[in-house]
Amino acid sequence: MSDTSQRRDALVLRNVCAGPLCDVSLRVAPGEIVCISGDSGSGKTRLLRAIADLEPHQGEVCLGDERRAALAAHCWRRWVMLVPAESSWWGDTVAAHFLDAVPGSLEAFGFDASVLGWQVSRLSSGEKQRLAVLRALSHEPRALLLDEPTANLDPDLTRRVEAWLRDYCRREAIPVIWVAHDREQIARVADRHFAIRGERLEEQPCKRR
Amino acid sequence: MQEALIDLSWWQLGIGAGLVIALAVVTWYGRLGLTRELLVAAIRMVIQLALVGLVLEALFSVAVFHWVALMAVVMLLLAGREVMSRQKRRMTGGWAFAIGTVSMFISAFAVTVFALLAIVGPQPWYAPQYAIPLLGMLLGNTMTGVALGMDRLTDSAWRQRQVIEGRLMLGMGWSEAIADLRRDAMRSGMIPIINGMAAAGVVSLPGMMTGQILAGSPPALAVKYQVLVFFMIAVGTGFGTVAAVMAASRRLFDERQRLRLDRIGAPPDA
Repeated sequence: MSDTSQRRDALVLRNVCAGPLCDVSLRVAPGEIVCISGDSGSGKTRLLRAIADLEPHQGEVCLGDERRAALAAHCWRRWVMLVPAESSWWGDTVAAHFLDAVPGSLEAFGFDASVLGWQVSRLSSGEKQRLAVLRALSHEPRALLLDEPTANLDPDLTRRVEAWLRDYCRREAIPVIWVAHDREQIARVADRHFAIRGERLEEQPCKRR
Repeated sequence: MQEALIDLSWWQLGIGAGLVIALAVVTWYGRLGLTRELLVAAIRMVIQLALVGLVLEALFSVAVFHWVALMAVVMLLLAGREVMSRQKRRMTGGWAFAIGTVSMFISAFAVTVFALLAIVGPQPWYAPQYAIPLLGMLLGNTMTGVALGMDRLTDSAWRQRQVIEGRLMLGMGWSEAIADLRRDAMRSGMIPIINGMAAAGVVSLPGMMTGQILAGSPPALAVKYQVLVFFMIAVGTGFGTVAAVMAASRRLFDERQRLRLDRIGAPPDA
């Protein structure tokens, strides 16, 4: 959809310290999916929140040539979009939270166009989770931070959603940091995989397909 | 009319106090857990008013500008302290006090000075018989509005953290992310005075007007003063609440527009 204006920017972390993690440096290439796993409390979520600049931390993050510190915070978050494990909804209908949905994305996630008219109060947790990813994509981010985006989904839907996401991010050259704990999912989607060991990220062998 | 003024003697006040004690006994039997608070509040009220009566007698007899100004500043600071203590989750680092005091200064204080200079016009303009009661009424009401507004804002930000951060994650600016909470907070600060004006004279006779009539002034004049005071209170409360809630909501975010709930303390009883 954005083939003319497509930018190919890498997401670069330099010496980021957040929560228990320290001195994390990482370069996520355009279209690359980097999976991060770790026990609960190991700092996965805090790392993502730090990259999105939602809590005080040390270190520098860049998207392509743009330094985060040089950008207004809300512009940065529109580009580098965090999808939290637990999404929040404030309007009455789903549509109130959306810009134009990415064409084909609703269907790929098991919805049709009528979902935009649904009442938020009647959504199940799995529906909320899928819609939160779709909502983020509708803002056309240039980098994605996904915090266990399929945790509440059944196996079939998980496969569909992750396959579509993987293809979409490769096609649009979006760098992705994807927090996951399921080894099989990591094997399916990751280009690289890091596990959190204490205050460091440790690269794990990763079967590329 | 002046001859109709009936003096109150101490034993007559004692009868009133006896009734309060009767109420305290009832609350004690009913285990409302309020007996102590009721008695302490009643005793505080008596001591505070007695002291203020002494201060006012002295102040009225000298009527020098800097003493009136000192009294006004002390009242403002006490109101700021009261605003702070009425909040469940206070902003840390003195901000609860500072925001409350400054916003009352630019609203209640400024409106009082304006009313004295431009509307009532006593000679001199700071004549304590006018300045101190007017300021007291404005501060008392503005204080309620400011405290309600700030309390509502910090409490709802605490509860709705996920929603605010969810909006930030989608790229909204801080002001947009907290806009509806801010609106609710301003409303809850202003509603009491709006309701008070709507019910004035129908449901309740305002205390100041009652006092003036009891003290022998003609009802028509008492009504005029009351109307003026209501206008001033509405203006002071409104602007004070808006200023305090704006400043407090800005303070909830840092320069990178992050929601900083660590700038709000835990409730005192937790």
